[in-house]
Amino acid sequence: MRQSIVHWFKFASPQSFYPLAGRMIPWFWAAAAIFGISGLWISFFVAPTDAQQGEGYRIIFVHVPASWMSMFIYLVMAFWAGLGLALNTRVSGMMAQALAPTGALMAALSLWTGALWGKPMWGAWWVWDARLTSELILFFLYLGFMALQAAIDDPRRADKAGAILALVGVVNIPIIYFSVKWWNTLHQGSTINLTKAPSMAQTMLWGMMLMALAFWMYSIAVALMRVRAIILERERHTEWVKHAVE
Amino acid sequence: MNAFFATVRRDLLLALRRKSEVLTAVFFFVIVTSLFPLGIGPEPVLLKKIAPGILWVAALLATLLGLPRLFAADHVDGTLEQMALSPSPLGMLVAGKILAHWLLCGLPLVLLAPVLGLQFDLDASALGILTLALLLGTPLLSLIGAIGAALTLGVRGGGVLLALLVLPLYIPALIFGAGAVEAHIAGLGAGGHLSLLAAMLALAVFFAPWATTAALRIALE
Repeated sequence: MRQSIVHWFKFASPQSFYPLAGRMIPWFWAAAAIFGISGLWISFFVAPTDAQQGEGYRIIFVHVPASWMSMFIYLVMAFWAGLGLALNTRVSGMMAQALAPTGALMAALSLWTGALWGKPMWGAWWVWDARLTSELILFFLYLGFMALQAAIDDPRRADKAGAILALVGVVNIPIIYFSVKWWNTLHQGSTINLTKAPSMAQTMLWGMMLMALAFWMYSIAVALMRVRAIILERERHTEWVKHAVE
Repeated sequence: MNAFFATVRRDLLLALRRKSEVLTAVFFFVIVTSLFPLGIGPEPVLLKKIAPGILWVAALLATLLGLPRLFAADHVDGTLEQMALSPSPLGMLVAGKILAHWLLCGLPLVLLAPVLGLQFDLDASALGILTLALLLGTPLLSLIGAIGAALTLGVRGGGVLLALLVLPLYIPALIFGAGAVEAHIAGLGAGGHLSLLAAMLALAVFFAPWATTAALRIALE
């Protein structure tokens, strides 16, 4: 039992995590490529044309996975941030820092594809729908997290301050989501109902799932690559980094 | 508890010796709300409709303006470190500072809002709801803002960064605060909105001083 605890904490040290991350990255890239190619193939060639929306609906295969990832990454980021705060492990803070840009990218991608989808379907680039608005606020939360980390020079303090912000954000996300939802129902008798998805063809669901897995693998691969860069930057004064870079 | 009241008293006293700082935020509130009719036009129907939103957004910004001062001066002269070292719990002292901040920055807005609401042709009952909503909402703004103020303490570009961190977290307060008045005007009753606002305030009273203390300890390291 004691053996296994020691084993896990071993990777809390940047020196042992760096090579581990390096070994995992190619696998996640490969998985991302396999899921991505098969997902794109299904979404472009296999999935049937939608009866109401024509071909335009196919952007859903990027839009929905990006939205899912943007929300999920915030939770993962807050998890690492909280772990770093509780156990004082350095790699946890680095993981949180490495995940934030990918999460912000996913939120931006989700907003962008949403706008591209909204224009032909609803005739507007943007509507103040509850989901769009809360996604926008999530994007702001990512920006705030990254700005705070960038503004603090001492990386340990940046990690801890960012961790508190991420945890405060996690507590607030459900509050923000429901407040925006109720605000929305109060203000507009919404003519566009996003929640009522027409029953989806089985192949469409498969395409979306594969694309979600591809996004997932991509996010892990990119976050690991970024965390490796952060480790090198922060540990540049150590002996092992000098050997690792050679 | 004595330490709590001593902190409140001290901060109020310090602020009263330098009145201009407090008054600046209050006048900011008045000026911003007066700018909207100039930008939008003097139609009473439109102004009445957007009044709750304008007053709330202005209150948000005015609160934000006072936040950097919450800990900055004490941080610079070392008082904050002494507070962290003192035998009374830092959380209690921080809660006192937040209360003093609300009394100086939040309460004047609550008292001014009905007067400014008259400019927008709100009727008496709507003004009452607006004041009540602000009374519940402005302490919430001070509590959430204190977390941001502690996180950005002594950080480069702190003021702008503070706005970026805190404004997204203010959104629920804005929605329910302005929503209470709008619901009242629409004849739906403001009870639900005010209850939610009060619930968020209860939550923040419990958690925010705690999170602020944690952030301050990081800043003091």
